[in-house]
Amino acid sequence: MAELNTGGDGGGKGKKVRSKKGNSKVDLTAMVDLAFLLITFFMLTTSLSKPQSMPLGMPEKDSKIPPILIADARTLTILVGENNTLKTYMGQFTSPIEAPSSTTYGKDGIRKKILEKVISVPITMNDPKKGLIVIIKATKKSTYKNLVDILDEMAISKVPTYAIVDIEKAEDALVKN
Amino acid sequence: MSKVKMSKKATSIDMTAMCDVAFLLLTFFILTATAKQPEPLPVDTPASTVQTKLPDTDLAVITIGQKGKVFLGIKGTDVRKRTLELLSEKTKIGFTKEELEKFSLVDDFGVPLNELRGLLTLKASDRNKEGLQKGIPHDSIDNQLKEWILAARLANAELHDKQLNFAIKGDAKEEYPEIKKVMDILQDQGVNKFNLVTGLRSKDF
Repeated sequence: MAELNTGGDGGGKGKKVRSKKGNSKVDLTAMVDLAFLLITFFMLTTSLSKPQSMPLGMPEKDSKIPPILIADARTLTILVGENNTLKTYMGQFTSPIEAPSSTTYGKDGIRKKILEKVISVPITMNDPKKGLIVIIKATKKSTYKNLVDILDEMAISKVPTYAIVDIEKAEDALVKN
Repeated sequence: MSKVKMSKKATSIDMTAMCDVAFLLLTFFILTATAKQPEPLPVDTPASTVQTKLPDTDLAVITIGQKGKVFLGIKGTDVRKRTLELLSEKTKIGFTKEELEKFSLVDDFGVPLNELRGLLTLKASDRNKEGLQKGIPHDSIDNQLKEWILAARLANAELHDKQLNFAIKGDAKEEYPEIKKVMDILQDQGVNKFNLVTGLRSKDF
């Protein structure tokens, strides 16, 4: 340790070796100062961990592949608008099963809705394999953060299938209002 | 004032333990350190709960920020060099060996091809000045980003025998169409899978 005892530590009782009174103590203050300085330096210059990332698979763009027809009751469409607005509807836009309604980001808004649907869709379809399909449509004014937030919700709610699709004009107009 | 008798013993604190801890931490930080590279286009990535780490190799990071500026960063000096070589052959600009060597040390860049030579003559510290690099053109008239991506994929396949992965690092405030443009360029080449670089947050928001 820091104190370099020059004398014995009273190991042997018989010997009368007294340790010197002027204990040659090493002053560690400067050393600690230096160590902390270096720690600070390394902490600030280090990017502590590798950046996190979110894997994203997009649908094939090739139009030769025939579209797969899916039941309206399985699709939940999320319209991502400007200024952090959100609208959702079930089924097709022209004949929705659930009319478009506004919601918010976060656990009290969109997540509740998705979680509800994740459970209810396989029940209504009467097949546990036919889970929810979420279609994400982002408007031109929405930000990248909005998109990542929605994709994140997909990951949190464990939605089996989701896709990012281009928005249609009628939907765009709906979001703006 | 009352007379307080100071004890003669000096009140020196035993620093041993503190020193031990400090050096332990120091060792840890030195060993885990990978020096942070300065970025020419700093972006504020959005947060997500997904915790997938980005790979270290076979990766190209496309940074999007400041109203649609696009920067490209390819990991691995050998891939970088080969990428520029391929592009140089294709566009007949004819970069010299020294320029290729210099380019292989550039982590992130965002200039049109005709300005690349000028960028390479600058000192590394001067390259990251704000406003110097305007981004890689990627509109329908002059789609250089597409060429870069294609060349990078070819170079990676040639050298590492592996598919090049792509990561998109967008600024949180960037508008969606700007991101979409880049995604479309990737998808046009059949790259349907890519990573979005995000920060970390808890599920409770």
